[in-house]
Formats: sequence, structure tokens, C-alpha cells
Amino acid sequence: MRSDPTDMSVQVKLPTILRKHAGGEPRVSAEGATLRDVLGDLESRYPGITKNVLSEDGGLHRFINVYLNDEDVRYLGSLETEVGEGDTVSILPAVAGGSLALDG
Amino acid sequence: MSGERFTEEQVQRYARHIILPNVGGAGQRKLLDASVLVIGAGGLGSPIAMYLAAAGVGKLGIVDFDAVDLSNLQRQILHTDADVGRSKVESALEHLRAINPTIEVVGHDSLLFSTNVFDVMAPYDVIVDGTDNFPVRYLVNDATQFTGKPLVYGSIYQFEGQATVFMPGKETPCYRCLFPTPPPPGTVPSCAEGGVFGVLPGVIGSIQATEAIKLITGDGDTLEGRLLLYDALDMSFQEVKIRWDADCPVCGKEPTITELIDYEQFCGVPARPE
Repeated sequence: MRSDPTDMSVQVKLPTILRKHAGGEPRVSAEGATLRDVLGDLESRYPGITKNVLSEDGGLHRFINVYLNDEDVRYLGSLETEVGEGDTVSILPAVAGGSLALDG
Repeated sequence: MSGERFTEEQVQRYARHIILPNVGGAGQRKLLDASVLVIGAGGLGSPIAMYLAAAGVGKLGIVDFDAVDLSNLQRQILHTDADVGRSKVESALEHLRAINPTIEVVGHDSLLFSTNVFDVMAPYDVIVDGTDNFPVRYLVNDATQFTGKPLVYGSIYQFEGQATVFMPGKETPCYRCLFPTPPPPGTVPSCAEGGVFGVLPGVIGSIQATEAIKLITGDGDTLEGRLLLYDALDMSFQEVKIRWDADCPVCGKEPTITELIDYEQFCGVPARPE
């Protein structure tokens, strides 16, 4: 998948709770032409990192928001949203101060 | 009270606001005539309440049910070592009166539930959410949506914080447009496990106080429609859009939630007073 010439390299901004999967890094690179590909690539690089981002049926959990740059991907194309070189994908769990969703 | 002249004491106390463009005497008068409810007298509530008291918000309500614990003092700067064991509301009221004895400070020493939240919120124009748990967060969101009161939202975890303003109205977003329902309890780590960087609530709470003051004075642009994200480790701020969700269970076209809900508490907070 990573060798596909149409794949774009994007930055993925990780919330604190997911950084342990990525050696503590706040931002990592991933590749793909769509958000689904990017998350797939992320999972292949850092196994377990998308476990609580994607639901069992493969959709996005509703207590986690994913943004392409500053737009919620639900208002774009959800997991089929196309990404481009230089885009930033941000994963944002619901946070309540001392408790939050997305225990990885 | 509107139209009243400032006392000599007020002219001195609020001099730096009164001479400030975008606040001025008119803005300071609005602050003196305003009432704000701060939910939680903890990490976020401390700077929120302290700055609002200092700014001269005429009536400041503080809700909390907890007692001051030694482990709070690393970030809850409203309380001091001598307050350990006291009720947070009692401690908060004393310290807020010490900051500004000329405003009215009201304590609500209680948990918030569907049964009391409307009564507690009723006397206040603006609600500031400094709570630390999902059940109260959803309760306060829904109650402000039902009563049409502006809500200043803030939330923290470890090194990261979020803040925004929700203005009830036609096709404006609420917290449920962002996150429609609380996460399932199994996905939430325990409070103690989480930890929080002590200064973080100071940054986010100060932003909330800023927004509350701007809502009152009516000047400037608030965070309405924008979620501000702060990362203390990166020292970076980021903004994402919050859109009104036509399918929102509370403020959407066909609301499915029309009454307040008491979600089961997790994170060591009882669901009901014991």
C-alpha cells in the first residue's frame, strides 16, 4: 500500500493518550490517498493505535473526532475523505478533565 | 443597577479596565451588572472564578460538592494549604471575597443533577463549565441549550486542553454536535491514572474567563464555532471548526433528547448523593 504512487504523506497529530503507541511522538507521518488508507498505514506502523479510533464495524467512533486540517471529516467524506500532500490529520477524543475516551 | 455611577472605590479598582478601549466604563458597568455561574471550584474553576471576581462580575456563583484535598493544591490555586479538608465552596468563597469584597459571591455546595441544575443556573446570565466529568458536562450542555444560556466550555487532560463557547440559537452548535453521547465507561481511564500538568488548567481556565468577560462586554470575537486546542508539551495552539449538526440529539432538526439525563457517574464520583 505504501508504494502506491498516488499515496500522499500526511502529518497525523496524536492526542496524548495515543502517543504511547508511537514512542511518545506527538506527530507522526503516514501515507494514503484517503483517510481510511492513512489510518490503515498508521496501524501498520504502530499496531494498536487505531483500535479505539475505529469501531468494530470499521467506522469512526462517535466519541472521537478526526479532523482534516481544521474540518471535521464527517462533513467531508468520513473515512473516504481524500487527503493531500502536506495535510494534517488530527485525532481528538472527548475529554472531560481527568477522564477521557480512547484508552489505547 | 444600570446607569449608576461608579463609586470612587470602583474607579480605582477597575481603572485599568475603564481606560482600556473595548472595555471602558460601559464594559465595566456590564461586568458589574452581570451574573456568572462557575461549575467546579477545581483546576479550571480556580482561575475562572479568580479572574471573574477580580474583573468585578457583580454576582459570581460557585458550584462544587467536594472538599479540598492536599493533591488538589498542585493546580487548584484558589485553595491553600490551610484549606485542606474544608468544603471547596467555603474555601472558594472566602478567597474570592478576599480578592474582591465588593461583589456578591454565592456558593452552591452540591452535585448537579437533572433535579437541581435548572434552579442552580436560573439566577445567572452566563455559565462557565469547569467540571471534570462527562455526566455533568452533558447535563450542563443540555440545560444551557434548554434555557438558552451561553456556555463557556473548557476541558483538560494531562498536557492538552480544549476550549470553546456554545451560544444556544438557531443552527448554532452545542457540545453534543461535537460529541453526541458520553464515551462508554470502558474506554475511559481512571482519574488518578490520568494525571494533569499543574499549569494546564491555569491556561485553559484563563481562556474561559476571557471568553466569559467578552460575552458580557460584547466586544471582540469569541470562540463560538471554533474549538481551540492547546498542547502544553508542544506549546502549540490549534483551531478546528465546530459545525451545527442537523442530526444533533439536542439542538438538531429532530431532537431525540428533550429532557435532562443523569448519566451514570464513573471515575469515582457517585451517581447519586449518598
